Amino acid sequence: MLPLLIGAALVGIGIGAPPSFLSHLTVFVLACFVGWQVIWNVKPALHTPLMSVTNAISGIIIVGGMLQISGELTSATTILGAIAIFIGTINIAGGFLVTQRMLKMFQR
Amino acid sequence: MSNNLLTVAYIAASALFILSLGGLADQETARKGNLFGIAGMVIAFTATAWVGVSNYGVLLGAIFPAVVIGAFLASRVAMTSMPELVAILHSFVGAAAVLVGIGNYLQTGQPLLGAEETIHKLEIFIGVFIGAITFTGSIIAFGKLRTLISSKPLMLPARHLLNLSLLIASVVLGVWFMGLESPAGLTPLLAMTAIAALLGIHLVMAIGGADMPVVISMLNSYSGWAAAAAGFMLSNDLLIITGALVGSSGAILSYIMCKAMNRSFFSVILGGFGANAGASAGGGTAIVGEAKPTTVEETVELLTDASSVIIVPGYGMAVAQAQHTVYEITQLLREKGVNVRFGIHPVAGRMPGHMNVLLAEANVPYDEVFELEDINNEFSQADVAYVIGANDVTNPSAKTDPKSPIFGMPILDVEKAKTVLFVKRGMGSGYAGVENELFFRDNTMMLFGDAKKMTDGIREGAVNSHQVSPRFLSSS
Repeated sequence: MLPLLIGAALVGIGIGAPPSFLSHLTVFVLACFVGWQVIWNVKPALHTPLMSVTNAISGIIIVGGMLQISGELTSATTILGAIAIFIGTINIAGGFLVTQRMLKMFQR
Repeated sequence: MSNNLLTVAYIAASALFILSLGGLADQETARKGNLFGIAGMVIAFTATAWVGVSNYGVLLGAIFPAVVIGAFLASRVAMTSMPELVAILHSFVGAAAVLVGIGNYLQTGQPLLGAEETIHKLEIFIGVFIGAITFTGSIIAFGKLRTLISSKPLMLPARHLLNLSLLIASVVLGVWFMGLESPAGLTPLLAMTAIAALLGIHLVMAIGGADMPVVISMLNSYSGWAAAAAGFMLSNDLLIITGALVGSSGAILSYIMCKAMNRSFFSVILGGFGANAGASAGGGTAIVGEAKPTTVEETVELLTDASSVIIVPGYGMAVAQAQHTVYEITQLLREKGVNVRFGIHPVAGRMPGHMNVLLAEANVPYDEVFELEDINNEFSQADVAYVIGANDVTNPSAKTDPKSPIFGMPILDVEKAKTVLFVKRGMGSGYAGVENELFFRDNTMMLFGDAKKMTDGIREGAVNSHQVSPRFLSSS
């Protein structure tokens, strides 16, 4: 049942979606598989640092904000982008530093 | 030209992020992994700032205070509060996805045409939707972990209907949004944001404290999907890759946590578990018998006379801040030639891997800490299973009583040890509200009292009885 549904969805996307979307979809699906493979190798003992480091790297969303702040200073886009950078950077700095702090504690 | 440079920088950053997660496969390589992640972030940031930003004042103005705040949070947070920090950081990713989505919608660039425009709008709408759920859901999770909000599940009468109608309202607003030109679609977009925010609040409110490890993993996953959706709307492959990595990481952790509690993902999402925690559950078989209380002196004797001890710590130990004392006891025992190890259940803490971090903080070497499947065969050879601040994860009814609410949950086989020692506040049952028949067994000793006070007492006793025993000479 599930393979059929996935197949139908893929055919639908193939008919309706523009090529630019399809190339992004390729990247997305492959990255999901890479993630799946890599994460299963992570030791359960390191699951908390795993969470804080994924937290830090999802702060990469600041590049979205960075591409939006070059317009007029008072425009909504610039302001929203600047706030997004601000909170995303807290994530990056906080996530990486707390991961480093935790990993230092793991001693033999 | 510069766009090509940006692309190669993003390829490098993506590879470094994957290496960073790969590094966490082992304690030896984990720190290097974290450095890979930092390197990837610096490369991506620098390249974007160089190519895509002309207003550096705004950029630096936003970055500097954020780095200071982030560093402050990271250096001050107590390890027991890690789940709270992670929850609040998830909410930030969600909020950023909402802001980037709305900002992107309002941005006036070259207009897209036909199918491209449709799909772009759809990407914005979905990205903002996931972002808003992640944002408010994580804030509620934070509140519950901090006990600012009661950890009991909120059980509104028609809660499934409420969720469904919120979902339908979002779809209706989506149809309306798709039919409008920018910026006229702002109204349905913002209305949907509010509704998704409400949905996030309600979803997590309905989940009980015992399910927090699943909720945190789930929100971790959502924050990844929100980032991936933002990547689609910005046509940014780096964001898509990172989002997919984080999303699948959170999904795997949710799966592992559900397995460890023998709960289906859907029953967790639909909420309600732990509503009657503390009360005796009707399902389980009634237990008759008497528990044998013991004293600190007897406990010290038991432990020092043993040749092999397995300590099973639960979150109760961390709440009582007894982990440092527990480690001092293990050192004293080891000097007497006792083989001491730790056995950890996957849901021993408030988030995946939490107990390992708490023990690492108390200087317990990580090669003395074992996962459930690695230690379970060892209990039959152990003289003492020393359970401190844990209960449900040792309950044999998970194996024997099909009527028990925790039936099917993997447990630590402490019952196979020669003697089982529980350090507990009282006879109360655990999160699941199930009585533990182990308390009434002949080979079980119950040391009642505050975990911190009792462990302090045991340490004192162990120090006083400290003398070179013959076994010390033959110890490994």
